[in-house]
Amino acid sequence: MLGEALFFSAVLFVIGLFGVLIRRNAIIVFMCVELMLNAVNLTFVAFAQQYGAGGQVFVFFVMTVAAAEAAVGLAIIIALFRHRQTVDLQNINLLKG
Amino acid sequence: MQTAQTLSMPHGTLPLLYTFHFYLFALLAVVSALLFVTRKSPVAAALWLVNTMFCLAALYVMLDAQFIGAIQVLVYAGAIMVVFLFVIMLLNLGHGGIGDTRGLGWKLAAGAVGLGILAEIFALTKARAPTILTLPEGFTAREVAQTGAIAPIAAPLFNEYLLAFEVTSILLLAAVVGAVVLGKQRGDEHAR
Repeated sequence: MLGEALFFSAVLFVIGLFGVLIRRNAIIVFMCVELMLNAVNLTFVAFAQQYGAGGQVFVFFVMTVAAAEAAVGLAIIIALFRHRQTVDLQNINLLKG
Repeated sequence: MQTAQTLSMPHGTLPLLYTFHFYLFALLAVVSALLFVTRKSPVAAALWLVNTMFCLAALYVMLDAQFIGAIQVLVYAGAIMVVFLFVIMLLNLGHGGIGDTRGLGWKLAAGAVGLGILAEIFALTKARAPTILTLPEGFTAREVAQTGAIAPIAAPLFNEYLLAFEVTSILLLAAVVGAVVLGKQRGDEHAR
């Protein structure tokens, strides 16, 4: 099932990428990033079935990093909301030239 | 150990039931992901994402990664998504009132980028690692059947990847400190 798993993980990754590009709600953009991480995890697990359990160890690390990233990212979103009263990415344009 | 038995069979004779369930969960994951990206309400989007993660956990179990499937449910669907829902509730964003998707130009650009990356990934899946690296058919399933689902992950984690494991603990500590500092109300704002 390696080919099928790779196919579906590519599709999930692109759906997540699409969400990151078209959504304006910062929290949903952030959840789309989580979806992309999940898609990559599926690739790791599929390869681990054929090339050894090292791939599963990497899934483990990706999950840890995703948890840390979710904690820090959501804290940033809360701080941003406290500052600007919005999570709409179009209103957060301080660096825009 | 249903999967272990089915997967130890030679390729091409995979029972129809296994293939059916694989495609069922994979299609459910893709459909939930599409619904997740298109929902207006953040709460509905988060719940569809939870559904995607459950389907992915089922796929992990079918791909002989039972332990990863379990921590996918516990960590991703259980912990991380609860934090997301909690923040949505805390910021009172549940009704999806804010402007939602970007304009047509962005959508076209996103579609073009998505198609490009999809084509690129499909080209990459044609590549194959040298056969000397490939384990014999059903090796992982037999290993899981013999030593349990956790030992094949735990052994490399505490031997080859021990340094990475320790560095991860520093990462988590930094994330905890960073989240507390960022989320804290600043004292000088109250003073003003």
